Amino acid sequence: MNINIPTPLRAYTGGEKTVSVSGETVGEALESLTGAYPDLRQHLYTPEGKLRSFVNLYLNDDDIRYLPKKEATSVEENDELSIIPSIAGGCCCR
Amino acid sequence: MLKLSYPDYVALRAHGEETYPHECCGVLLGKSEPDGNHVREIVRAGNTRTDSAHNRYNIAPEELIKTQRQARKLGLDIVGFYHSHPDHPAQWSQTDFAEAHWIGCSYVITAIAQGKATITNSFLLTGTNEEDKKFLDEPVEIAMNEAEIVQERGRS
Repeated sequence: MNINIPTPLRAYTGGEKTVSVSGETVGEALESLTGAYPDLRQHLYTPEGKLRSFVNLYLNDDDIRYLPKKEATSVEENDELSIIPSIAGGCCCR
Repeated sequence: MLKLSYPDYVALRAHGEETYPHECCGVLLGKSEPDGNHVREIVRAGNTRTDSAHNRYNIAPEELIKTQRQARKLGLDIVGFYHSHPDHPAQWSQTDFAEAHWIGCSYVITAIAQGKATITNSFLLTGTNEEDKKFLDEPVEIAMNEAEIVQERGRS
């Protein structure tokens, strides 16, 4: 399956926008990705191994946080996994 | 250096005027070049922070996924984002900084004073991770033809 890499993380995939990985589940696909590109791990996970709060993972059009099996969700060859850091902000504390 | 066309510059400022007194937001598509981010297209996004839209913005990840697909089809990348500060300066806030995670991307902010766009600034998010990231003031270059220069003079 393919994993889409967002602009800021391409520095850690040798500039690759899409990385082809193997794995039966979302978690295995991510392991395959961080195995091939170890420097990515700290940008996706906290030191405790939890997915960083601002990192969104979408399997095709579905947020994996809301999938019943989450990272244990099975994946097919044609599935697309997207890593999307959040975009938010605001002007002040009024 | 952030480079964008005059029509895109006008459009992102107009977006902030339209949504006033709420914040607008959108995505900058283009290419990251050695001299900076070059914008080729801007994409409006919805602000999901309807609970506090006057001083907060958030782009739904689902919308970002669609925008990223759109960029890929065009052979472009997401190179930045824009939003407005209604009745507040065009400077990044602590909230903007805490919520900024796209290192290497440009964050454009337009101040909207009483419904009218005033200053537009850009800030480049630099660093290597969440611990050492910082915003740098980024010059903005607006490409204008002669007719657009006349149009801008008419505005001011």
